[in-house]
Amino acid sequence: MSRRVAVTGIGAVAPGGIGVKAFWELLTLGRTATRGITLFDPTGFRSRIAAECDFDPIAEGLREQDTHRVDRHVQLGLVATREAVEDAGLDTAGADPWRTAVSMGTAVGSTTLLEDEYVVVSGGGRDWLVDPALAHPHLYPALVPSTLAAEVATACGARGAVMTVSTGCTSGLDAVGHGAALIEDGRADVVVTGAAEAPISPITVACFDAIKATSTRNDEPERASRPFDATRDGFVLGEGAAVLVLEELEHARRRGATVYCEIGGFATFGNAYHMTGLTTEGVEMARAITAALDHAHANPDEVGYVNAHGSSTKQNDRHETAAVKRSLGGHARATPMSSIKSMIGHSLGAIGSLELVACVLAMDRGVLPPTANYTHPDPDCDLDYVPNQARETATDLVLSVGSGFGGFQSAVVLDAAGRRGRS
Amino acid sequence: MTGVVVTGLGVVAPTGSGADQFWAATLAGDSGVRPISRFDPAGYPVREAGEVREFDPTGLIDPRVVVQTDLWTQFALVATRQALDAAGLDPAAHDPFDIGVTTSASSGGNAFGQREIQALWAQGPRFVGPYQSIAWFYAASTGQISIAHNLRGPCAVLSTESAGGLDAVAHARTAIRGGCRVQVCGGTEAPVSPYALTCQLPSGLLAETGGYRPFARDAGGYLPGEGGAVLVLEDDEHAARRGAPALARVAGHAATFAGGDDWALSTEALTAAIRLALADAGVPAREVDVVFADAMGVPGADAAEVAALAATVGAVPVTAPKAGLGRAYSGTGALDVATAALALATGRIPPTPGVTGADLDHDLDLVTGRARDVPLRHALLLARGFGGFTSALVLSSPAHTDN
Repeated sequence: MSRRVAVTGIGAVAPGGIGVKAFWELLTLGRTATRGITLFDPTGFRSRIAAECDFDPIAEGLREQDTHRVDRHVQLGLVATREAVEDAGLDTAGADPWRTAVSMGTAVGSTTLLEDEYVVVSGGGRDWLVDPALAHPHLYPALVPSTLAAEVATACGARGAVMTVSTGCTSGLDAVGHGAALIEDGRADVVVTGAAEAPISPITVACFDAIKATSTRNDEPERASRPFDATRDGFVLGEGAAVLVLEELEHARRRGATVYCEIGGFATFGNAYHMTGLTTEGVEMARAITAALDHAHANPDEVGYVNAHGSSTKQNDRHETAAVKRSLGGHARATPMSSIKSMIGHSLGAIGSLELVACVLAMDRGVLPPTANYTHPDPDCDLDYVPNQARETATDLVLSVGSGFGGFQSAVVLDAAGRRGRS
Repeated sequence: MTGVVVTGLGVVAPTGSGADQFWAATLAGDSGVRPISRFDPAGYPVREAGEVREFDPTGLIDPRVVVQTDLWTQFALVATRQALDAAGLDPAAHDPFDIGVTTSASSGGNAFGQREIQALWAQGPRFVGPYQSIAWFYAASTGQISIAHNLRGPCAVLSTESAGGLDAVAHARTAIRGGCRVQVCGGTEAPVSPYALTCQLPSGLLAETGGYRPFARDAGGYLPGEGGAVLVLEDDEHAARRGAPALARVAGHAATFAGGDDWALSTEALTAAIRLALADAGVPAREVDVVFADAMGVPGADAAEVAALAATVGAVPVTAPKAGLGRAYSGTGALDVATAALALATGRIPPTPGVTGADLDHDLDLVTGRARDVPLRHALLLARGFGGFTSALVLSSPAHTDN
């Protein structure tokens, strides 16, 4: 009998507000946090919109030195970590550090800091042979994405297994899935897990411009992210962080922790198809969904809500709709499925964890977040996307799916605490 | 519990590519560390590295893929091809969902990324090419390996700096125990480019003079290396059914965290990882016949590792072939797994290049000079990653699979 994994704490830093409360308020009001880019001057770029966090690291409790020492994604991650750890009551619970692990996701790591510093050492970006004498004293941690996990582990005193997971846009699901496995396998009792990303920098915006993956609805940024809508024209880049505290169920019960829900199952597969392209059938994502449900000992018709990848690109939303139909069968049409990227954009590696926090809250509060900007039905996308308004619906089993560059297809199943005990 | 064995390996390293060439050079104690040739390092305090010279992907990788990948992914693709061939595994003959890919990544597509950032800042956003989005990021190698061989099983990318190679192999073992039959796993790195080397300098861990001389009295840091290794791991039943001989068994693993960058304090985390990994393997400490050390070449770090070994496995032959390769970050642990597998299969411990017994600053049985021939039951591999990552892996000789 495999050990069960409880979620006992959550934290979020998202566009539209810092903290779980602000995040959930934005989602349930169906408000969009997408806007014109302010983090740099986007003149001359094809897509000039993003979902940015109004983030003041000092006001959020970070030290002045941290703002110079680590990239913005790490700062966002540290703030979300603190909220989650406090929410779980772990700051006072005294968990065994050698049985405490960390698994954090990021797709592009410290790209923003690396680009900023490249400009400094290369004469404004002109020199191939850069001047190493001008190197920022903390440039090495920026080169390696492992820094996110190392910083989170140091902040919470973890001495168990620590890792960064970097599987592109499924990083935020995969980090939590691999983190949960550490508890199931008996390698940890507590896992601080989640993801962080701060990719709104010239090079990242330019690289998505180059493949026309992002929306050019520059004059209507608040309507630019339109998952499943027939007029969608690409994703809107976002940033943020989310952290979940996972705990072996009996460990959580023994210390009287509040259990939000359980991580019931996880699966990931590669599509071996194309680095950025998706098939129209969604076979591999369907397989991930089926395997994650099997892992959770759940049937497809028990799924009460699907949190979609819903990136608002033509191919993704069609692919995903096909995958959900393929895996849930006739139950797909009866299952509400929404994309919070319509409101907070697509924060690459972080979004999967933000979506999981949204799922935790959806189950906890009995409210499903909507898909904003849904006005024109697309015949290829014909499921119930919870258009524009949050919906009060009690669920005890939810599914979150993701898809990413490199072909990664992942699914996580969350189930209400004790659901499996009843069934 | 499902047994997991290594049935094939591929290597791209400064001392040679392909298992045969690499193993001959490693046994001879050759060093591939040379003055940097990829760019003019005159302005750098560090001017030597282990470069993979004469690397030519032509004929080994689809030319359309060559233009959309950085060197680190090309290393991974070439090593994967070697590993599948060595394992005698034709993926087309298997269910694609039975074979997954796990790589470690630590700095991504360095030279490719620098070129594109330069195009952006020197010329403008419209000069950034379409492949930047898939060449620079850390998931590039896993994605390209999966596509090249139609591998649709569980795919992953881990980043724990220089501990990544061991952790990726351990993660692949977990995936196999979870039902995946075969994993293509390992790590590569290409950190010798102008900006990537600039980024490494402030760590203070690189040797500015004297070279990479782990455990030596005059150790002054390590030198970066290129390349890495890819292994084919499979469950023992699957390997037996298709008649594939095992080079080694992946017997145990543990990861811990040292909690900071003061490597002199890493003894406790290393000791804990070693004990947990041996317990996971069910191997008593006295049966460890060789240690492939992390061997950072930083005095405090070396002393901490020697102390952890003294507290756990005691007097055992220790080797660090990476002294002749440079530290290839996420590739370095994968190279150690490949080397240890070859050592277990042949009963030969390769030496630590560039260090002699007279240089040693520690009470340590470091294998130097020439290879030592001794029957090997179990090998313990150690790795540490910047920030505090600590990893221990136990590989066992296929003749000792019943522990």
